[in-house]
Amino acid sequence: MKRIITATVQNRSGVLNRITGLMQKRQFNIDSISVGKTEVEQISRMTFVVEVEDMQKLEQLTKQLHKQIDVLKVADITENAIVARELALVKVVCPPASRNELQSIIAPFRASAVDISKDSMIVQVTGDTDKIEAFLELVRPYGIKELSRTGVTAFLRGHQPQAADGNTYSLITN
Amino acid sequence: MKVKAQAVQERKPAAKTPKTGADLFVEALQAAGVDTIFGYPGGAVLPIYDALYRAEPRFQHILTRHEQGAIHAAEGYARVSGKPGVVIATSGPGATNLITGIADAMMDSLPLVVFTGQVGRSVIGTDAFQESDVIGITTPITKHNYQVQKQEDMPRIIKEAFYIATTGRPGPVVIDIPKDISGEAYESSLDGGDVHLPGYQPTTKPNSNQIKKLTQAIVEAKRPILLTGAGILHAKASEEVRAFAKRYQLPVTSTLLGLGAYPASDDQFLGMAGMHGTYAANRALYECDLLINVGARFDDRLTGHLEHFAPQATIAHIDIDPAEIGKIIPTAIPVVADAKAALQALQEAEAAIPDIQPWRDHLQQYKLEFPLWFNNPVQDLIPQWVMQAVHKATNGNAIITTDVGQHQMWAAQYYGFDQPDRWVTSGGLGTMGFGFPAAIGAQLASPDSTVISVVGDGGFQMTMQELSVLQERKLPVKVLIVNNQSLGMVRQWQEFFYQERYSESLLDVQPDFIKLADSYNVKGVRLETQEQLVAELPALLQSKEPVVIDCRVLRQENVFPMIAPGKGLHEMIGVSR
Ligand SMILES: Cc1ncc(C[n+]2csc(CCOP(=O)(O)OP(=O)(O)O)c2C)c(N)n1
Ligand SMILES: [Mg+2]
Repeated sequence: MKRIITATVQNRSGVLNRITGLMQKRQFNIDSISVGKTEVEQISRMTFVVEVEDMQKLEQLTKQLHKQIDVLKVADITENAIVARELALVKVVCPPASRNELQSIIAPFRASAVDISKDSMIVQVTGDTDKIEAFLELVRPYGIKELSRTGVTAFLRGHQPQAADGNTYSLITN
Repeated sequence: MKVKAQAVQERKPAAKTPKTGADLFVEALQAAGVDTIFGYPGGAVLPIYDALYRAEPRFQHILTRHEQGAIHAAEGYARVSGKPGVVIATSGPGATNLITGIADAMMDSLPLVVFTGQVGRSVIGTDAFQESDVIGITTPITKHNYQVQKQEDMPRIIKEAFYIATTGRPGPVVIDIPKDISGEAYESSLDGGDVHLPGYQPTTKPNSNQIKKLTQAIVEAKRPILLTGAGILHAKASEEVRAFAKRYQLPVTSTLLGLGAYPASDDQFLGMAGMHGTYAANRALYECDLLINVGARFDDRLTGHLEHFAPQATIAHIDIDPAEIGKIIPTAIPVVADAKAALQALQEAEAAIPDIQPWRDHLQQYKLEFPLWFNNPVQDLIPQWVMQAVHKATNGNAIITTDVGQHQMWAAQYYGFDQPDRWVTSGGLGTMGFGFPAAIGAQLASPDSTVISVVGDGGFQMTMQELSVLQERKLPVKVLIVNNQSLGMVRQWQEFFYQERYSESLLDVQPDFIKLADSYNVKGVRLETQEQLVAELPALLQSKEPVVIDCRVLRQENVFPMIAPGKGLHEMIGVSR
């Protein structure tokens, strides 16, 4: 199953390597990782999308992450009310004759053409993973020359429905 | 017996030299209370070794003859003293020679603080002479690691490293120090300040609900068993575990590394469990309805095939590392805590004492009917017998370190540890070459104890160069080579599982261990018969000098009983003659 896990970490040298290394060592498959600074200096936030077999493996993953000295907080937010976004840049084959047609696909996705050349167009699209997948499906027939995705970054929504807030692991067993 | 290592050479009076980063290092070690260091010099740690030379008071620096020897010695020192072992090696090959020991300490939760030299900051990343990516290499095998990037950070990092290595679940911490950091001048002193690690807050106090749940489970259990792991030793909780077991009259078994946490000669003790555990212990784990694991991590050498491990039991697990709970076995009663705190809380909880007499009788029956056994040849020495003789000659009071292989299992089975912290072995990583240097560290940690290094003829040859340390320091370590002229454990598996195809496991050609000892000015003795053993062993073990004993035992002897790989607890072979 796919899970979205966030980790708040101290921005020390080697921390990303530490975490990806741990996932590799324990045989967890990472779909995507995004990392960036937060509102607090020296604190970064990582968002992982991982594929895990079952709840026992998931628990192991969050505990192992939490065990790292530089990791301050780990949360599995898959079942919470969240905002999850990623950004994709897609270079699509686009001779002048197809431009209008492509524009008409872009519009409903609220994507934008950020670069146009003689025979291609770079489109920037943001949204949750499903939306990006749907967009890619639609432009694929034109020919995707290059694709680059940031991976998901995610936040809890300001308001959480009751009973969905039990998934923060600081010490999950107590 | 006085083994306080002597300062080997006179020192040159220190000319007034400017203070350097290396002096900050020395001050930080002094602040951490370090008096003994295991190490080996080289280019990138020259400034550090210079500061050690000038340090007042002097550290006891043990110059092993290989960095692997240094780190295993530090492990033995840590295991016996309860204090962190401190190691220094140079960059590149010095650092990579430590890797086995770092991994070993990680697996067996031993507190080490390991310093490696590094090339100067300006050339890091250029494949400079003797550069290696120590941080990259050691990240998966350390509890934490640091590279010092600024001189001012050194005191704080060293302070944090000692704190991390020794608290929570202990483990190795590596600090990589670039040569310019240690070599350049630094005029003032600096202390490490308060340790502030918001991401590292080990839980030591048990949750009271879980303690209640566990107490209730004990009251209701008909077939409880207590499994003792090394976590008890790290927590110094052997008194507490004993009181707890006595209160409920619990049958007790142990992991390999937990030996000594509960007295082996006690009536309630069933022997070690696992691959070469006793029949009674493994049956108890198989048949129990409540398994109380204190400080063990359900290693596969203990559990055998998981499907058959305690299949009917409620699992309770006390561990300071939450990640160990539920990792291998779904756990109904998780208690994240220091073993001592948890056992104290359990003792305070009020409870009716359940009647488990039928279960105890049942296990006692196993114990009587299927004890450890061996064939008694008329004349030849057999290893089991040697272990019993060692026990007898030392009243069970020696510190025993072992290497890895058959002799390790025989020592575990037959020495019978009644006290904690007298058993030093490489469990998790199973590192050949560990036993002898570990004994050097153990002897330094406990100068007045008889320290016996039980090693195989194979494994001893991996680190035997450390005889130099015995010679130089007059350390009275007794090296007992259980010489079966083979890589016995490998040979045994080949006999059982590969139709006796002894591929590369017979050591027909061997050095003369007596002459070897002699060349280090260490007494060497060969024992070949039972008679000789009985007559000579006691005096050899009581000697105040180092001794190498080449004990010629039967080559074809096997370790029994055994759970074959992939089999369950109930499928032991070689249970009786
Ligand atoms: C460094 C290392 N290499 C290989 C092994 C695999 N191994 C496990 S036991 C063993 C045989 C050890 O022989 P010896 O030291 O003579 O002890 P014995 O089993 O004969 O008592 C070997 C090769 C190991 N554990 N460690
Ligand atoms: Mg051997």
